[in-house]
Amino acid sequence: METESNFLNIKDVSTAFKIDGQFYDAISHINLQVQHDEILAIVGESGCGKSTLATTIMGLHDPAETKISGEIDFEGTDLLKLDDDGYNEFRGAKIGMIFQDPLSALNPLKRIEDQISEVMDYHTQMTKAEKHKRTLELLDEVGIVNPQRTAHQFPHELSGGMRQRVVIAIAIACKPDLIIADEPTTALDVTIQAQILDVLRAIQKENHAGIILITHDLGVVAETADRVAVMYAGQIVEQGTAEQVFNSPEHPYTRSLLRSMPQRDNEGDDLYVIKGNVPSLQKMPSTGDRFAPRIPWVPESAHEADPVMHEIAPGHEVRCTCYKTFQFPDEQKGSVTV
Amino acid sequence: MWKTILRRLLIMIPEVILLSVLVFLLAKAMPGDPFTGSINPKADPAQIKHLMEINGLNDPWYQQYWNWVVHLFHGNLGNSYQYQEPVTRLIEGRAGNTLWLAFFTMILTYAFALPLGVYAGRHEGKLPDTIIRFYTYVTFCIPVFVILVLGIWIFGYVLGWFPTTGSVSSDAQTWAQTVGSRFYHILLPSLLGALFGTVNIVQYLRSEVIDAKHSDYVRTARSKGVPSKDIYRHHIFRNSLLPIAAFAGYSITGLLNGSIFTETVFSYPGMGLLFVNSISYRDYTVITALVLIYGILNLVGTLLSDIILSIVDPRVRIE
Repeated sequence: METESNFLNIKDVSTAFKIDGQFYDAISHINLQVQHDEILAIVGESGCGKSTLATTIMGLHDPAETKISGEIDFEGTDLLKLDDDGYNEFRGAKIGMIFQDPLSALNPLKRIEDQISEVMDYHTQMTKAEKHKRTLELLDEVGIVNPQRTAHQFPHELSGGMRQRVVIAIAIACKPDLIIADEPTTALDVTIQAQILDVLRAIQKENHAGIILITHDLGVVAETADRVAVMYAGQIVEQGTAEQVFNSPEHPYTRSLLRSMPQRDNEGDDLYVIKGNVPSLQKMPSTGDRFAPRIPWVPESAHEADPVMHEIAPGHEVRCTCYKTFQFPDEQKGSVTV
Repeated sequence: MWKTILRRLLIMIPEVILLSVLVFLLAKAMPGDPFTGSINPKADPAQIKHLMEINGLNDPWYQQYWNWVVHLFHGNLGNSYQYQEPVTRLIEGRAGNTLWLAFFTMILTYAFALPLGVYAGRHEGKLPDTIIRFYTYVTFCIPVFVILVLGIWIFGYVLGWFPTTGSVSSDAQTWAQTVGSRFYHILLPSLLGALFGTVNIVQYLRSEVIDAKHSDYVRTARSKGVPSKDIYRHHIFRNSLLPIAAFAGYSITGLLNGSIFTETVFSYPGMGLLFVNSISYRDYTVITALVLIYGILNLVGTLLSDIILSIVDPRVRIE
């Protein structure tokens, strides 16, 4: 995947949080690439480190409470080597971020227009009139029906969907090359979700941006993503194109996730439930397959001692060798009776 | 915004009526009658009964209340038993002193509290924050009159920096001297009052700043590339000052109530001292009038709070 068009190259990035004086990895040794014009989806259940990855790229962690190692190469600059002022040159200008909860992501005391034009204050030389014009354009672009009116409103006067559109408008105001969308549709109802995703796609087409879409909603991924990275317990366990991951999932965790999703062909059956929970940061095993405790029927020998990514098809990588023999318990039963 | 204020003013009307009824009934429930002490104790009970009759004191309470309200609107609050002069004149001479003191205390309170609270919140957990918090806890634990008495003893008696009683020196001749002397007398009580008043605001403001610091909208601002100092200026300060601003109106009422302590300890001739004296002399007309005034000032304080809030917080405006 090391091609010229990768403008974002995340190499071996780990982020550790300080808990009771000790550092624990929330994400460990992440390798990812993003190209222009592509949507990379990062999926995984709550607590797997998706959002930590996003805030690490954005440099939003308090350096006193976190330890970050590795390299984030963004168009030739290693973001992790920048100080706060240096980072501010990128935040908002070249990297835009869309947050999960639109209800709290906007300052309740500022008019929408001020919140949008604030980005331009720091990254452009535009005059007041130009900024006003651009704000209205942006609001129109994200599908707000009456930009003039909305620009003068306060966040509490807008619905959740409209606020998320405003948050998107802020993120794209300076035409960033990278947009990080951290569960942009989680707080919204289904009809609005689809509209928001359409807006994201339209923006991407126009700006040729790369989008990192973080979600736990596999439906959203199937609909929008070009490539998918599946995360479990702070690691990427499988990545590939959307077709590869959805049509021929290999890692037990990916397969479990897809199996636990309601689908037309398993109508009437009980949904599959992955037993157990993601281990907490303090209890994260340092070696071995982190998903092993949740598939206890798989013999120890099937796992690698220190699982690494294996490329099984061009662009399709899977962690650990256990995928080769992995079967669900009912499949095993089936194979015995046949 | 005008709609909000108008609505809020209209709500005050029933509040004031209810307050006045309560005050009136309380006054009625107090022991004694209006003639005690003002006529010959050997007077014929039948004559007293006659006097009660012609003064309308045997009328049903609502009629008496109505008469009282009519008098009230004519600025007639009755005569003080203790001073034998109209209550209105008595209060007139003291209200200014109390309002001056309250006003000054408030200015000093905010002058101390705002920087301390913001600083403590911004540098949460560091040494200055610990010192500020220590100060607030200690002050919070000491009763206000202990602080006042200690303050008088140290600054008035031991160091002799400030006068310890009165509101103006009798030597003051010219206008400028009078103003200077008043200011000099007011300084120590308002400083001590402010020392006490800052505690709540500092604690409140500190936790507001800390909350705002970790809020989602501040994270959004950081992701816009806004430098840290501008985030404080444009996002954190204003948002965390909001509840403090709203609290300001209400704190006026707290100051007026606090003036009862301050004025007593400093023998400062204001409404608070008058109130305490009237209670010890059972000067009912004065007490009634002062309770009514304090009650109305409290209502005005909350009214101010609501108006301030409707100005600074777009969310509570009625469009």
